[in-house]
Amino acid sequence: MEATSGRRVVIEPVTRVEGHGKVTILLDAEGHVERARFHVVEFRGFERFIQGRPYWEVPVAVQRLCGICPVSHHLAAAKAMDRIVGGEKLTPTAEKMRRLMHYGQTFQSHALHFFHLASPDLLFGFGSDVNARHVLGVAAKHPDLARQGILMRRYGQEIIRVTAGKKVHGTGAIPGGVNKNLTLAERDPLLAELPQMREWAQATVKLAREYTLAHVDSLGGFGSFPSNHMSLVRADGALDLYDGGLRAVDAQGRAIFDHVDPQRYLEFIAEEVKPWSYMKFPFVRSLGPEHGWYRVGPLARVNACTFIDTPLAEAERRVFMEVAGGRPSPLTMAYHWARMIELLHAIEKIDALLHDPDLQGTDLVVRGERRGEAVAIVEAPRGTLFHHYKVDENDQVTMANLIVSTTSNNEPMNRAVASVAKTFLDGQEITEGLLNHVEVAIRAYDPCLSCATHALGQMPLDVELRDAEGRLVARRVKDSRG
Amino acid sequence: MSEPSLILDGREIPFVPGQTILQAAEDAGAWIPRLCHKPGLEPCGSCRVCVVRANGRTVSSCTFPASLGMVVECDTPDLLAMRRLIVEMLFVEGNHFCMSCEKSGHCELQALGYRLGITAPQLEYQFPRREVDASHPDILIDHNRCILCARCVRTSRDLDGKEAFAFVGRGPHKRIAASAGSRLRDTSADVSDRAIDACPVGALLRKRVGFSVPVGRRPYDAVPIGGQEVGR
Repeated sequence: MEATSGRRVVIEPVTRVEGHGKVTILLDAEGHVERARFHVVEFRGFERFIQGRPYWEVPVAVQRLCGICPVSHHLAAAKAMDRIVGGEKLTPTAEKMRRLMHYGQTFQSHALHFFHLASPDLLFGFGSDVNARHVLGVAAKHPDLARQGILMRRYGQEIIRVTAGKKVHGTGAIPGGVNKNLTLAERDPLLAELPQMREWAQATVKLAREYTLAHVDSLGGFGSFPSNHMSLVRADGALDLYDGGLRAVDAQGRAIFDHVDPQRYLEFIAEEVKPWSYMKFPFVRSLGPEHGWYRVGPLARVNACTFIDTPLAEAERRVFMEVAGGRPSPLTMAYHWARMIELLHAIEKIDALLHDPDLQGTDLVVRGERRGEAVAIVEAPRGTLFHHYKVDENDQVTMANLIVSTTSNNEPMNRAVASVAKTFLDGQEITEGLLNHVEVAIRAYDPCLSCATHALGQMPLDVELRDAEGRLVARRVKDSRG
Repeated sequence: MSEPSLILDGREIPFVPGQTILQAAEDAGAWIPRLCHKPGLEPCGSCRVCVVRANGRTVSSCTFPASLGMVVECDTPDLLAMRRLIVEMLFVEGNHFCMSCEKSGHCELQALGYRLGITAPQLEYQFPRREVDASHPDILIDHNRCILCARCVRTSRDLDGKEAFAFVGRGPHKRIAASAGSRLRDTSADVSDRAIDACPVGALLRKRVGFSVPVGRRPYDAVPIGGQEVGR
């Protein structure tokens, strides 16, 4: 029980698909917002389930953690198992097939988030009628945009299908490589659609940019705060979603650490356990738990990288950084713009890969000296994803540790919710406006929970206001029909 | 003199004296579902999936000899229900997680589940606690997935000449064991044994080759088990 003289406001989504989430807003004795806690019950059972399982099963098993970006877990586990079999230096065909799979995933996941989840807020306004503020409302008022969203997502899923074997939960990446190449019959329909996808991606970035620029003053006060940012970067500092070293920068853009070998992540990152959440709280060791929290995901990646190695996305990044004054952007809502810059980057990468004859190569798997332990990191659509395994001499997994991006964004989301609540919580009344704005702030981070609870933009909420003794002061329930 | 024949689901089919009902049906292009049966092995009739009604009597078609004028029912609603129940029991009795099993798409139990239209078992899952024996350098046994068909036992004994596997325990505690000791590494089992290929499910596996066949090119991705022949 919380030892406080204040009150707690609990916002509790009641459906559970990806997990169960709720928001608790803690008030001080005067009734002002003190801080907030966003809880996601991410049951970490997978780390236990796979103990004793043969290592080659892990990339296929752990991706069942999620139905939205399973490719991230598939690839992170496969990369770890590459090291276990001594095959981390993949053949060109294998590495490019995996990258194509990853960019396809990034494209579909970012398109899903922007069009299906975020666009109703951006197009209609945070406080607009919830009965129209959902993807069907977008379809009614902006039919072309809704159609683009669906077709872009389908394109990314199709890339996943031809690289992983299935649109969801495929088997393409295996320890030391891949189990298939890309046939010309698989490639050509994707090439045919590519120009349209690139055009739409450019238009979408423009939409996100114009939205951010038009609201830049108000967004500065909406759940925004300076923070550290962490991401993988390539050896030359370029944005790299599939592989690289870890870079963390502070709110001024100064390096906290750079090009850290993923195998050494535990020397730089620690995880704190708190009694009120199933989630752990990762932090930069050198800064400690109080100051070492950091953001991950599109905003952190665009903030942390030195440049983007594809021209259209790099041009956008330059505008983005200019708006932020050359320092990391602190705007929570700039996640959307950054996400769309990555969407554009992904389609540029897909373009280059589809034209690369290495994808029709037949040298798919390499093996080398066997290892007993491995760490792998990928940049999942939602942020940095760590997979760490130990495998015994019988080929069975003995230890697994996964740090998922929503976990890293835990503290930033708490801060965003607290910031929004300070603006919109009025006395002891839990208003519709408060709920709407809390939703919008959380959704910017694209936690896994977002799709589970707001596919139609209507987050089912059970809101309770309790005093320090736990007595119910007020309650407001909103079901999934609004 | 004409060949002897029997009636299978109203159709007259010939047989060679000494053939079982299942063999006669197969030669006539009628596929009867089965799990423990494997060509080249002495039939043992343990799984009962190939159950038919011969002259009104319920028998396993892989062991019951065909006879002159015999009337065999195979594709009837009650027999289909019986087969479904047997396969369902196999699913719930073990821990069959197809989604992460490397035998998925190659697995006869899974393929039979699809062919029989089993979308979700009606029986309660047992979730038994079972072990994985990965002590052998090149092969492993995952007891979670073993359906006790004895194909490995029979293949090792009859075709590999080894007796590397045997049953131990009784009733619900029955399981496949390495015959020479408690661990697979202590047996004469070898990665090249035909017994490894005999396993219809993901219980007896060669190590480090899982998932090498992409989805779409696995045996049961395109064609159901038993092919498109009649019979279910």
